Amino acid sequence: MRHRPAAAVGLLALSASLLAACGGDDSGSEGGGGAAGGTLVFGASADPVSLDGAYTSDGESARVQRQIFETLVTTAPGGTEIEPLLATEYTPSDDGLAWTFTLRDGVQFHDGTPMDAAAVCFNFDRWYNFSGVQQSSSVSYYWQTVFSGYAQNEDPELPQSLYASCEAPDATTAVINLTSPSSSFLAGLALPAFSIASPKALEEFGADDVSGTGETPSFDGTFGTTDAVGTGPFRLESNEPGTSVVLVRNEDYWGEKARLERLIFQPIADGPARRQALEAGQIQGYDLVDPADLGALESGGFQLLERPAFNVGYLAFNTAKPPLDNPKVRQAVAHALNRQALVDAQYPPGSEVAKEFMPPELFGYAEDVPEYPYDVERAKQLLAESGVANPTIEFFYPTDVSRPYMPNPEANFQAFTSDLEAAGFTVTPRSAPWNPEYLDTVQSGGASMYLLGWTGDFGDPDNFVGTFFRTQQAAWGPLAPEIYSQLEAARTEGDLEARTAAYEEANRTIMEFLPGVPYVHTSPSLAFAPNVSGYEPSPVGLEEFASVSLG
Amino acid sequence: MLRFAVRRLLLLVPILVGLSILVFLFVRALPGGPETALLGENATPQRTAQVREAYGLDRPLPEQYLRYVGQAVQLDFGTSTRYRTPVVDEIQRRFPATIELGVSAMAFAVGVGVPLGFVAARRRGTWIDNLSTAGSLLGIAIPVFVLGFLLKAVFAVELGWLPVAGRQDQQQFFGADHPTGFFVLDGLLTGDLPAAWDAAKHLVLPAIALGTIPLAFITRITRAAVLEVVEADFVRTAEAKGMTRRVVTRRHVLRNAMLPVITIIGLQTGLLLSGAILTENVFAIQGMGQLMAGAIADRDYAVLQGGILFLAVVFVLVNLLVDLSYGLFDPRVRESG
Repeated sequence: MRHRPAAAVGLLALSASLLAACGGDDSGSEGGGGAAGGTLVFGASADPVSLDGAYTSDGESARVQRQIFETLVTTAPGGTEIEPLLATEYTPSDDGLAWTFTLRDGVQFHDGTPMDAAAVCFNFDRWYNFSGVQQSSSVSYYWQTVFSGYAQNEDPELPQSLYASCEAPDATTAVINLTSPSSSFLAGLALPAFSIASPKALEEFGADDVSGTGETPSFDGTFGTTDAVGTGPFRLESNEPGTSVVLVRNEDYWGEKARLERLIFQPIADGPARRQALEAGQIQGYDLVDPADLGALESGGFQLLERPAFNVGYLAFNTAKPPLDNPKVRQAVAHALNRQALVDAQYPPGSEVAKEFMPPELFGYAEDVPEYPYDVERAKQLLAESGVANPTIEFFYPTDVSRPYMPNPEANFQAFTSDLEAAGFTVTPRSAPWNPEYLDTVQSGGASMYLLGWTGDFGDPDNFVGTFFRTQQAAWGPLAPEIYSQLEAARTEGDLEARTAAYEEANRTIMEFLPGVPYVHTSPSLAFAPNVSGYEPSPVGLEEFASVSLG
Repeated sequence: MLRFAVRRLLLLVPILVGLSILVFLFVRALPGGPETALLGENATPQRTAQVREAYGLDRPLPEQYLRYVGQAVQLDFGTSTRYRTPVVDEIQRRFPATIELGVSAMAFAVGVGVPLGFVAARRRGTWIDNLSTAGSLLGIAIPVFVLGFLLKAVFAVELGWLPVAGRQDQQQFFGADHPTGFFVLDGLLTGDLPAAWDAAKHLVLPAIALGTIPLAFITRITRAAVLEVVEADFVRTAEAKGMTRRVVTRRHVLRNAMLPVITIIGLQTGLLLSGAILTENVFAIQGMGQLMAGAIADRDYAVLQGGILFLAVVFVLVNLLVDLSYGLFDPRVRESG
């Protein structure tokens, strides 16, 4: 009997240690000289949630979906410009309400059925008619992000859908009708969430068999787990969660066939374990390299590829809160911050100091925005000119969170606070747990100056500056009215060149007004074995393995 | 004996009720919720509210708990917010990996620990005794993830003898059939001997990493128990009667010394399950440990609650088996049971 109390203690220790682990964490070019064939094992950080893009928004799912499925349009390798994929041409009507997509002729799904306009409309209508738990923003996140609402919104707070209907006048023409003009949705269509799947397979494998609305959503079909039928350069061979997803080359691919014969994604959650697996030759590549490992991997002869930055970290002002309503005070803050020192000290190599609210890779990024270089004397001078005596600012920062653009919020807070104090500000620290308290406070306009950031969903400026500044938000307070009008006009502009110019103009206006101080863009790294070639990192994470080969 | 077993099983009920309340409150006390993990910085108040409503998190705690218990008694532990699969399916899918790892680790710990402890006791004060004492101290002190990392660095990366991560070499045995989920057994069942051998090789380093702490305990307890028994009167009597040393050892010393060792094995088995969290993570074995670690990061309440309760049941059952096995070694337990 003497062991029984000990057993109970062991039991508690077991559950306690489970909970104590809650530190929390939390995201091509031509193949070249490589030989065709072979198997590449890629170390993923997790299993894909589902291979059905409509139901996912995470990077590991998208990475696999991208190889099996294709979308109407895609992004240029390594960039964010929109290029044709299943659609060879796409043109908006004059009123911007109807987009005509000319489809590539003769493309077949892996199950041999034709990829035609009817199939495209089938997919769009499927997403539009999502119901019940399918409408949850955690399930069809990207449909909501790009098209806002559904045929029948079950949540009255959801806005009207941007999507109206899809018509298929002939086999190679699909017309997508919108309820209001939009140019930003085109970039959204490059997301794997808008993968065109075989209608036959979607029905046969129960893609919409989602039952048990409310707290127990249950995905009963096999589409997205053991079945996934698209048009991509790889076909799904097997998917055993926890072990691997195995893809094989699609020998009937319409374009240039994949060079690898087989592509395997093996989940390895632990960063050091991914590195060791690469070093031991068990995998040939992995994403999200720990910055601390960069040197060792490089000297070990491994290839390191940098993914272009697609995020921004910023210090935001709420212009409704004095003294931040005073432009000279905002400028004084901007000049007081030593952003370069912070980026050098706290961020991995490849990170750069931001000068506007979107990454340089995106069209509409303006080189000639007003800049506010680190200059303490200038900050003091501006502060004196502002007429605000003894300026005191409440400075909010989140706890319990680490984001790519903000690995350690408290370190950023401390660095900026000492900068501000050196320029004559008095800083009152305010901190709160990231969710829900911090985000609630910020979004409801309760924070005067705060740390935040954004990782882009897709390659359109509206996904950055449009999200922040196109409409008035409590978090930012009132901005110069021309910011709103310029961003709205840029969003609906149909011509890419004119849109680019419009966003450049808007970025200049924004940085002139200075609603906050953007300070960093970060670039995560990928590592590959020396014999791997043809991998082109994409800022939006849309990477093709079809061009990858083993030398 | 049967009454004893039934009584112990009935004890499970209050243990599970108490534990379910604790776990239920613990997971909700973690900062953030599942919506944090699901929505990230894009969590608008509207979207957050929507997710909380979808998972019933907007209701009062007692209501949430009663609903949970109501479903749990029907073996419905809810749906994982991360994987969107029923928790029961997820546990069923993950548990074989953990069992395989745990059994290998225990086999290593017992297989090495008992003989080592015995030898250390019989050769008390010699270099082998000192080495085993120092070694077991080190074994207890070194964290699993450090040991795992070092083992991999030497035997996998440098020497290339053993695999680094996972349960099977995906380059050679991708898409292999796994009818039971126990990969070594699956290889044998499907007649794929190379796959079984490969799966076994994948177990070596994780089993050593995970088995080191139980190994240390078992060595020390065996040594202490053997020392106690060899000085007992009945051993001296047996020796005086002229029994050979081997017979004395087998019939009297080992049998009597095994009782505390078995107790420690039972307790260590439970701790093995929690140690598996780190080991599975370091070796990328998708078992219960990784499931639970991921669930903590994702605030996947249903998986945490279901998983902890499940492990608790396993823990109690293992200890029950240990108690029952006393009978095999000690007739007094059989008679009084």
